[in-house]
Amino acid sequence: MLEIRDLTVAYGELVALRQVSLSLGAGELLGVVGPNGSGKSTLIRAITRLVRPLGGDIHLDGKEAGRLSQRELARWAAVVPQNPYLPAAFTVLEVALMGRTPHLGLLQSEGRADLAVVRRALEQTDTWRLASRRMGELSGGERQRVVVARALAQGTPLLLLDEPTAHLDMGHQAAVFDLVRQLCRREGKGVLAAIHDLSLAGQYCDRLVMLNEGRIVGEGEPQEVLSPQLLASIYGTRVSVFPHPLTGRPVVTPMSEAARPGLEAKGSVGTLGS
Amino acid sequence: MKLFGSAARAEPLPEAAFSALLGRALWPRLALGLGVLLGVALLAAAIGPVAIPADAVARIVLSRLPGVSLADSLPQSWQDIVWEIRLPRVVIAGLVGATLAFSGATYQAVFRNPLADPYLIGVAAGAGLGATAVIVSPLDYTVGGLSLVPLAAFAGALTAVGLAYALARVGRTVPTVTLILAGVAISSIATSATSFLMINHNERVLTTLTWLLGGFNLSEWSKLWWVLPYMLPAAAVVLLYGRILNVLQLDEEQAQQLGVNVERVKLLLLGAASLATAAAVSVSGIIGFVGLIIPHAVRLLWGPDYRQLLPMSMVLGGVFLILADLLARTVNSPSEVPVGIITAFCGAPFFLYLLRVRQRAVF
Repeated sequence: MLEIRDLTVAYGELVALRQVSLSLGAGELLGVVGPNGSGKSTLIRAITRLVRPLGGDIHLDGKEAGRLSQRELARWAAVVPQNPYLPAAFTVLEVALMGRTPHLGLLQSEGRADLAVVRRALEQTDTWRLASRRMGELSGGERQRVVVARALAQGTPLLLLDEPTAHLDMGHQAAVFDLVRQLCRREGKGVLAAIHDLSLAGQYCDRLVMLNEGRIVGEGEPQEVLSPQLLASIYGTRVSVFPHPLTGRPVVTPMSEAARPGLEAKGSVGTLGS
Repeated sequence: MKLFGSAARAEPLPEAAFSALLGRALWPRLALGLGVLLGVALLAAAIGPVAIPADAVARIVLSRLPGVSLADSLPQSWQDIVWEIRLPRVVIAGLVGATLAFSGATYQAVFRNPLADPYLIGVAAGAGLGATAVIVSPLDYTVGGLSLVPLAAFAGALTAVGLAYALARVGRTVPTVTLILAGVAISSIATSATSFLMINHNERVLTTLTWLLGGFNLSEWSKLWWVLPYMLPAAAVVLLYGRILNVLQLDEEQAQQLGVNVERVKLLLLGAASLATAAAVSVSGIIGFVGLIIPHAVRLLWGPDYRQLLPMSMVLGGVFLILADLLARTVNSPSEVPVGIITAFCGAPFFLYLLRVRQRAVF
């Protein structure tokens, strides 16, 4: 569904992505992880053509993304940005309806069919009851869920999430990712999510891509990618990785400096499954 | 806890709930607004040194329709005063008010800045410079019946808005402070160049000065052709883009990710608003603050949706400037006050108010 080959992106002198290649299938949840400034957001910005790549190409279902119009692109891929500006005076319904923009011609306005799509999106994110509230009156978590609803209302096969749960509490983080996974499984959406929280990525993603300084330094199942050695070398701090007692998926926590020498001596920093 | 559980299929909403949710009550509002506009226009045509009853004004206007003769019993002088003197003035004031208001709303939307206004960001001064350059030049400034003045004003307006935007831009945003500073600087340059041109062409200084101060005392029906051919297409374009302007209020990246070709839309809409402003400036000189206060008044009254904000701004802008012009010619009768003084008197305090309150709350 999404195929990226040798993608290189630079902001002036600064190279943000170097020769990144990855693919994403329908119904798959791909997590992109890595430290701040590793190129996660740039990847999403390049797919939606906010930055022009220096080299490489992006294909959406076999079609070259660079040849699609902005409108066609927006019918392919919807984005949940990291910290979007939302005008305070617009209502939740108005903002969510903006998701229908790529489906409407200049002379059209939103009709009943659009409203039905938007209503379903708002119900899926538990924000339909807020429909007539103004954005300025919402909490951070509510705002973020409205943005997720707007992306769902776009009705795209591909969903790009840039730290979608960075401002949410644990309950809502889980709820958003449960919904995202459901969308993958039931509706066959392909989801690429840039995720800061490695444990969260480990719990939910089918596959992970680890970026560091614009390069892919690890790719595969969460158990393979989230190894203490790789994480320590990238994040510059010792971490401990252990399997979740119920799911067996990797949980990652940093270790305090005080705890390190003793643990090192005992050699208890294990890889998963070891 | 099942927070976002699988959502039940949405049932269709009843029609009333649908409209209410979307806040789509434009048509009744617009009808009311147009009614008020008509009433104010009749009132303005009735008031003056010679008082003429409003019903007589209505009869004189209706008699212009083919096959209607309701004004035969009225004195000829009344008919001349209403049709040849007052009405052109009222109609042009209304059109200019509508134009400045929708241009102001468009600048505010495109710059995503509540203080953008044709006057404050230097567009009007740029248009004034362009127009003055043509007026003082020895060339004949009409070609085939169409005046060159609006076109020269347009060139000046575009130059000014382009400069203001380029100078004020910091990265991807156009902050209020830099926009206003750039606008003030460009306005000063354009105004001083205009003064220089006038001083060097003494023979026309009175004409240009009277015109530049802003007002409708030189209005006649033929001036309609200075405004309408530019204002109508510009208004049509801007009104078509109401929904897209709403999307643009997010930010440029989100708008682009929602499928809007941001750069093209901005160019088109700034061009349209500048063309309309230039046409307005070329008939009535530089009238400040209409483009600032009217869209904000509409926003405070009916919310930020540009699909209703633009048409309602046009109606309210027309009403406001007709009333301002009525004041301008009556408060100090028989001499006239430049209408720009009246609009500044109402507008400047409002501008200060907007600077003080939290802008984002209404914008």
